[in-house]
Amino acid sequence: MSTAGFNSQNGTGTGQTYTNGPSQNPVALQQPPGVGYGMNHQPAYNPMQTKVLGPPSPALYASGPYQPVPPGPQLGSYPPPPAQPLLTRPPIGVLPSHTPPQSASPGPGPRQAQATPPAQATPPPPAVTSTSYYTGPPAWQYAAPRGPAPNHVNPAAAAPPHMSHGSAQPPGPGAPPTSIHGYPQPGTAPPPMNPPPPHTYQPNRPAYGPPPTAPPAGPPGATGTPPPPKVDAQSWGAASSARPPTEPDTQEGDVECPGDVAGNGPQAPNSYNHVDNRMAGAAQPGPPGRHLGHYPSLPPGYQNTLAPPPSSLHPALQAATQPYIQGPQPYQQQPGGPGPDQLSPSMAAMSLQSGTPEALRVVNLLQERNLLPPAPVPAPTPCLTQDLQKLNCSPEVFRCTLTSIPQTQSLLNKAKLPLGLLLHPFKDLSLPVVTSSTIVRCRSCRTYINPFVSFLDQRRWKCNLCYRVNDVPEEFMYNPVSRSYGEPHKRPEVQNATIEFIAPSEYMLRPPQPAVYLFVLDVSHNAVETGYLSVFCQSLLDNINALPGDSRTKVGFITFDSTIHFYNLQEGLSQPQMLIVSDIEDIFLPTPDSLLVNLNECKELVQDLLKSLPNLFEKTMETQSALGSALQAAFKLLSPTGGRMSVFQTQLPNLGVGALQSREDPNQRASAKDVQHLSPATDFYKKLALDCSGQQVAVDLFLLSAQYCDLASLGCISRFSAGSVYYYPSYHHQHNPAQVERFQRDLKRYLTRKIGFEAVMRIRCTKGLSIHTFHGNFFVRSTDLLSLPNVNPDAGFAVQMSIEENLDDMQVVSFQAALLYTSSKGERRIRVHTMCLPVVSSLSDVFAGADVQAVTGLLACMAVDRSVTSSLSDARDAMTNAAIDSLSSYRQSALTIQQPGLLAPACLRLFPLYILALLKQKAFRTGTSTRLDERVFAMYQLKYQPLAFAMLMIHPALYRLDDLSDEGALNINERTIPQPRVLQLSVEKLSREGAFLMDAGLVMYLWIGRNCHQNFLSQVLGVSSYAAVPEKLCLLPELDTAESQRTRALVSWLRDQRPFFPSLHIIRDESQLKPHFMQNMIEDRTESALSYYEFLLHLQQQISK
Amino acid sequence: MAFTFAAFCYMLALLLTAALIFFAIWHIIAFDELKTDYKNPIDQCNTLNPTIEKVKKIKRVKIAIKLVLPEYLIHFFFCVMFLCAAEWLTLVLNLPLLAYHVWRYTSRPVMSCPGLYDPTTIMNADILAYCQKEGWCKLAFYLLSFFYYLYGYTAFSAICLTLKIMQYLENIHTF
Repeated sequence: MSTAGFNSQNGTGTGQTYTNGPSQNPVALQQPPGVGYGMNHQPAYNPMQTKVLGPPSPALYASGPYQPVPPGPQLGSYPPPPAQPLLTRPPIGVLPSHTPPQSASPGPGPRQAQATPPAQATPPPPAVTSTSYYTGPPAWQYAAPRGPAPNHVNPAAAAPPHMSHGSAQPPGPGAPPTSIHGYPQPGTAPPPMNPPPPHTYQPNRPAYGPPPTAPPAGPPGATGTPPPPKVDAQSWGAASSARPPTEPDTQEGDVECPGDVAGNGPQAPNSYNHVDNRMAGAAQPGPPGRHLGHYPSLPPGYQNTLAPPPSSLHPALQAATQPYIQGPQPYQQQPGGPGPDQLSPSMAAMSLQSGTPEALRVVNLLQERNLLPPAPVPAPTPCLTQDLQKLNCSPEVFRCTLTSIPQTQSLLNKAKLPLGLLLHPFKDLSLPVVTSSTIVRCRSCRTYINPFVSFLDQRRWKCNLCYRVNDVPEEFMYNPVSRSYGEPHKRPEVQNATIEFIAPSEYMLRPPQPAVYLFVLDVSHNAVETGYLSVFCQSLLDNINALPGDSRTKVGFITFDSTIHFYNLQEGLSQPQMLIVSDIEDIFLPTPDSLLVNLNECKELVQDLLKSLPNLFEKTMETQSALGSALQAAFKLLSPTGGRMSVFQTQLPNLGVGALQSREDPNQRASAKDVQHLSPATDFYKKLALDCSGQQVAVDLFLLSAQYCDLASLGCISRFSAGSVYYYPSYHHQHNPAQVERFQRDLKRYLTRKIGFEAVMRIRCTKGLSIHTFHGNFFVRSTDLLSLPNVNPDAGFAVQMSIEENLDDMQVVSFQAALLYTSSKGERRIRVHTMCLPVVSSLSDVFAGADVQAVTGLLACMAVDRSVTSSLSDARDAMTNAAIDSLSSYRQSALTIQQPGLLAPACLRLFPLYILALLKQKAFRTGTSTRLDERVFAMYQLKYQPLAFAMLMIHPALYRLDDLSDEGALNINERTIPQPRVLQLSVEKLSREGAFLMDAGLVMYLWIGRNCHQNFLSQVLGVSSYAAVPEKLCLLPELDTAESQRTRALVSWLRDQRPFFPSLHIIRDESQLKPHFMQNMIEDRTESALSYYEFLLHLQQQISK
Repeated sequence: MAFTFAAFCYMLALLLTAALIFFAIWHIIAFDELKTDYKNPIDQCNTLNPTIEKVKKIKRVKIAIKLVLPEYLIHFFFCVMFLCAAEWLTLVLNLPLLAYHVWRYTSRPVMSCPGLYDPTTIMNADILAYCQKEGWCKLAFYLLSFFYYLYGYTAFSAICLTLKIMQYLENIHTF
């Protein structure tokens, strides 16, 4: 009946328990080699395996221009290049016994297949008749009314009483540690979303800033104009600590408060009640923004621009001593309260548009200070109907800067916000996997069938991207989950926005490649000095069985200094043979067959080599580095199969092709003028990367260097071959133990993480939208197609979009990212993510849907491009202008009534803060001494990291650690993880009595105050007094105290959430690293940069111009 | 004598401009293909192997990219010719394009080989749109200048002819 064979995979069956059907993808972090997959539908693999294993004749390297040298102690005296006349001979002609490398290589498949990168080859479908293509305005299935029924709201509004205590909120985009194993499927129990109770933070109160008695800046009642921001100011304090009601994301909204999701819609009539009650239930640590929010002293010129304190409006409310309760009251009193003439203009406006959503609540940034929510900022929920939202893609995977898509490009231009997507497509997830002989796709635009298509009837479905009506194939009628026939809309493809297919052979241009890993190691004197080689070899030895792959996995090693050393690891040799090629101008492979060997068959030789490598070059005096030639050699070695090349480099390459000069002038590091040399000095690495990309080779660069290495040029090799860049400044095995630990941990993750080979990613979007620019590491092969020789679970991408045609008749638009890759087990798979977003026609709705973090992330990517193509100051100006333009456009167009102050919608309230953080980020800062490589690396990170991690690098999180309590703690795997409040990045928040943890993504600082509690010092740090804290401490001692356990639980939980390892520095007031810590205090003024308040004033000046 | 050299210049420029028009058209087609690649999915489905098509397209784009330098050289060449022929008006008309070419080539991305377009940035929508617009503008310019040269050539030929006829007639008259 059905030809769809649903392989019963080795399901970890956490969420779905299909017995015969799509099953969970194995977590695949540490896949043991040789797990048998049901690959009977891909019989083409087997011949290749035998081919791979064919041993070449050992006589091949008996004669030739290379010198077989057995590695061993005697290698220390290998002859210098000039003493080897043989070695300089050209490769061709002196190797008569050689067949050309390519043909002799164990490459799978025919040659022409190797030369052509795998596209998403599709079976030739029957011709498409134009009559059935795009037939007029469709009867759109999802045109359901978006406004929720009032009773949707009420349950949520009533929720706070029983949500007031207990565990804290899920960490938003940062994902709880469980998310490594899978993001919650709809229906799994989400972590409860409980705003912390008010008293949770009471002990902190003295530290939080000016006392509540601080005088309000504006003279009370000085002007006759009613104070517009009253409502906002009063409720704001509470709202800033509570998760705004727009937040309930897909993880939790469905279970906890069903009304939330729909309740945010611009048409939601009752959303205010809902907001209020949430706020009433939610806690607020300090006094509300009305008191606290004022900046203690204001420059005289600005005082009159501030609205008078809101308390002048409602005298009745002034008596209220409990500010938390005040939030809801003004709203409730609105209808029957003071007449419209007494109301502030904005309130009158608000009451007119009876349902202003929370995201649009006007916030006067100059008046309100406590804008930062106490927990990580969650992604806003698109304003969709509940069923659609339930199906929508997780925001961790797919996020859009505007969750409401403007209808026209002119509307988008008016909003002055960038439109784009942020993707994390290969995130470690546990997904339903579908095996089927035909994958149902739109015949016209090749969109994969997804939850947002509409079924016209049983046999026809309409594509949601191009609106073509397609037939439902016969086998799709059978639903393997329910084992029923005739329910195509219940198929897993239509039930999951993220799904993985096992691709049939039409999706292969050649047999799937094996996992191939080549390590290219710098062994010059400088490299040996750093001592990285032993760490690397040990890591690889430890993880050699955890390398993802199957029985065909191949490995190889190349080392280089001024010459290139190959290692013959052919099975049957008693020990590895080192082959030295000193002709770096015209590089060739001495024995093309035996340099890349099957890992399983030659594991002992590989282990031997790894054990002897660190000693092999101990006494080398060679200081030069011929990286370019080594890369060329590695490319030659890998090009028949494709694979991953890991390059470890410790100095500026200065010999042969690709040699670079030092371009950095250390005296210019701190100059406020423009930063030069952000673009590559040579296109050698870029061209090589493009060659690599064509041959499905990705290059990952590990840069361990104390000196300038010209990452701007070297990084191109990874950037355009979809590799990743790791940078360890001042790496040294003795002097810098923090870097060594970071290197070790990163390496472990790097070696064992999932990997996809010969991948392409295509992003499709609804007709009318088009892709403008891509950001990340890849090569753009076509307008919507990225070539990714390797894809790894830690890579993020950003896409700028533009609106080419008006989206007039559409209620929703969809985006689909399809990633076609070869798994390390040799399976061709397709991972499809689909996201659906509403289309809006009014500017205020566009603003209401803005996702401030995504906007910041995309702006950062755009600014990186701008600083490379134009200049850094240009990029900085552009970022500032982005904030000015969007806020002034909001003021002019979306706000009906003007009022003084710097006004922003609540959803964009953090925008100026993030922009300021970007301006002070390592990538874009000026005036502070920044090494060029570190700056370029920061730029790479902004483009490459998924949004959640990039946001930490932009705006670090600050926690107070000395008063951690289990209140509101998360409970994960029986570990209690305290959830301290996120503090503003201002010195004002620090206190000498406390200890503060700053989490800046790649690095964490634990700052110990001078008068830190004795308790904390002894119970957590294990020292008797402040003076006894060591100068360089990178490790929290494992003490058996509750405080120590809590602290370590928090730190390790923060670390576990990200795929890289942030090193921890425990610093005192007089530590060398203190300036680094203080530079991250972005709300404060520095010598060269504005404080947050000054920045706001600057914005206001520009806007009111 | 000068007249005949100028006429020769115009004739040469006429022919070369025809070649430049051809280059410009190729340029436009190449970038259009690059942009609309995969945009017409029906065609894509009809081709058995889109990759082969893709390679062809890339080659065509590469050829177009290779045509950039010859184009600039040809244009520079007949500008020099007009300079020699002291055709100031024509030269002035061509100077903006010449200056643009010089600017365009000096501000190209870092490259070790001659060329103008970086394959890694060419797919950026802004750059693609710019290149397309550039192609159209150049096509328009070359077309206009083609007719201008045609006019100049015929005018000079006519002048030459009339002069020669007059000379001839004078000669006859003197006889």
